Amino acid sequence: MNRFDWLSELLARFQDEHILLYKGSAVVLAPAHTLNVDSEDWASCAAQTKKYRCRFSALWAQQLDDELQLNACYEKQGDYLVLRTKIPLDKPLIHSITPHYANADRPERHCHDMFGIEFKKQPDNRRWSRHKAWQANQYPLRKDFPVAGFNTGLTPPDNDYPFLSVQGSGVYEIPVGPVHAGIIEPGHFRFQAVGEMVLNLEQHLGYVHKGIEKIAEGRDAHRVVKLAARVSGDSCVSHAWASCLAMEKAALCQVPPRAVWLRALMAERERVANHLGDIGAIANDVAFGFFFYQFGRLRETWQRLSQALFGHRLMMDCLVLGGVTQDINQQQIDEILRQIKMLRKEWRELKTVFNENTSLEDRLETTGILSPDYAQRLGCVGYVGRASGQDFDVRRDLAYAPYNKLQVKSPCYNRGDVAARTLVRLNEIQSSLDLIEQICQNLPTGEIQTPWQTPKAGAEGLGFIDGWRGEIVVYVRFAEDNKIDRFFPRDPSWLTWPALEHLIRGNIVPDFPVCNKSVNGSYSGHDL
Amino acid sequence: MLKILTKVIKTGVVTEKFERNADLERFGIEIKTLVDKQFAGSLSIRAVDVGSCNGCELEIHALNNPYYNIERFGVHFVASPRHADALLVTGVVSRHMETALLRVYEATPAPKFIIAMGDCAVNGGEFGVSYASCGAVGNVINVDVAIPRCPPPPLAVMQAILQFLKT
Ligand code: SF4
Repeated sequence: MNRFDWLSELLARFQDEHILLYKGSAVVLAPAHTLNVDSEDWASCAAQTKKYRCRFSALWAQQLDDELQLNACYEKQGDYLVLRTKIPLDKPLIHSITPHYANADRPERHCHDMFGIEFKKQPDNRRWSRHKAWQANQYPLRKDFPVAGFNTGLTPPDNDYPFLSVQGSGVYEIPVGPVHAGIIEPGHFRFQAVGEMVLNLEQHLGYVHKGIEKIAEGRDAHRVVKLAARVSGDSCVSHAWASCLAMEKAALCQVPPRAVWLRALMAERERVANHLGDIGAIANDVAFGFFFYQFGRLRETWQRLSQALFGHRLMMDCLVLGGVTQDINQQQIDEILRQIKMLRKEWRELKTVFNENTSLEDRLETTGILSPDYAQRLGCVGYVGRASGQDFDVRRDLAYAPYNKLQVKSPCYNRGDVAARTLVRLNEIQSSLDLIEQICQNLPTGEIQTPWQTPKAGAEGLGFIDGWRGEIVVYVRFAEDNKIDRFFPRDPSWLTWPALEHLIRGNIVPDFPVCNKSVNGSYSGHDL
Repeated sequence: MLKILTKVIKTGVVTEKFERNADLERFGIEIKTLVDKQFAGSLSIRAVDVGSCNGCELEIHALNNPYYNIERFGVHFVASPRHADALLVTGVVSRHMETALLRVYEATPAPKFIIAMGDCAVNGGEFGVSYASCGAVGNVINVDVAIPRCPPPPLAVMQAILQFLKT
């Protein structure tokens, strides 16, 4: 299969629909292909890409002088297409693509709250990222909005978000959050239930909106990499990697092969650490403490080796522009391989317990089902998608370096229940261990960093990485003097949070924690 | 069941490993004595994320893994501020969480103390003050103890609790 062998057919379909295409480019945002279109054709393009079974991946805007540029990223067979259009800043009006792609709903509402873009025929025009920290007629990502210093006094609670309401005898509401009962990030969940059964769940997120996109602007690129690592701390390696990739593309920087392989080593270690922790936590939510302590123990030993190897338990700030900060020697490689051998043995024992334990089976199977059909419509990625038949893995399908030289086995199931999501993660641990072994055995020699060259103002880049939650997309555009003009990190959680609203329906309220944990969306990564 | 029991027996008590780690044991025991004195044998902590990146939360979770097992010193994480003696606050205070933090603070019965965990909570970290963030926790409520680093490792969190209780 050749890269982009589908693109000419899609372009022909665009032409059949009389969609005017302007000069595109295969290099500006490589590996993605960019196409410029008229704003009037924005929604009809989406209708065509949808028909042609392209998956919606990301949507972002940016202000370029007195215009707003809108970007929509679609994916098919591991190839990415970015459609771009411009609308005037004083009349920012465009047709919504949500009628074609349900998962463009929240990204569009985010664009509205941050830029003031009006999306015509958007089925849900409620605010999303804005609570009460700024007014409805203020748009933080516009260039004339000050990054700080304009709010005074206490920010009132967001107590009038227009939730969907359900009526009928015996129906009641359960408001949960923003502060939850466990050690977990804040967000609000509004349940409508009858007896124990959940009729509907609505999420209201945005509580940990820290202005990441805005504060990155005007910051030095090196510091924005640090900021990227903190978009979602559990994914600090993969987010930093995606941002580095985007910036390195903009600067035409060639990262030494050894550094690229070390990045992958860290990313796989991050994946294993998170899966270990979450499998324990999922089990804990159904009162199976044995797994909680066993997997917690394994995660701790894993994190300790990360500390010994890279000087940080989460490997934060180990990626920098042009490479990585830490090299490893043969002795450390042996240690990594030794730990993998031990972990494999323990994994087999625990996997047998997982397979045979009837109480786990009882609680996890048929709980929180996300059908492959829904997963496809919502464009779910990562383990949420792969537990529901969406066989997509950026490492395998885009095959960015070094995965183009590695054998990526990506487990996929169709059942879509909590058990399937747990199983994907159990098996991903195995395939990550395989990958780490391959990396250790084939680690190229050479430098781990190359000097950074400041790109010229206006240079832009796009980075795609498969984080442990799934596909991460990062867009950057440079200003003068190595400063960042626009930073847009798209966490995979944008595509999996909506799945939770669907898969919880018809389940009992007490199963919500385990369903939530099995999806484990990032609040911070989503709220930005 | 047999497999579980075998695994439990084979694993043994990993917490014991730290008997050789003088620091943790010493600090741990000190925590226990001090907690005993001030909070009658149990210190209830409510973790509140007001704008963290979730990195700090991961390390709070680690406190409950068998290696640190903070519960053995009478330190518990509770589900409501109403049950708490201390708040362990992570993250910069996002403006969207400002009122929530104040409400949690008010809901916590006195005597209470506030621990700011992580660079964000201590000094604003990489996020600082902006249209969306009030910055450090100290900008919103009084902080009694600060645990810097990003994120502070579990051992540092235990040590900090101890230091605070000493004063
Ligand atoms: S201190 Fe570091 S780990 Fe903790 S919330 Fe802030 S950025 Fe995340």
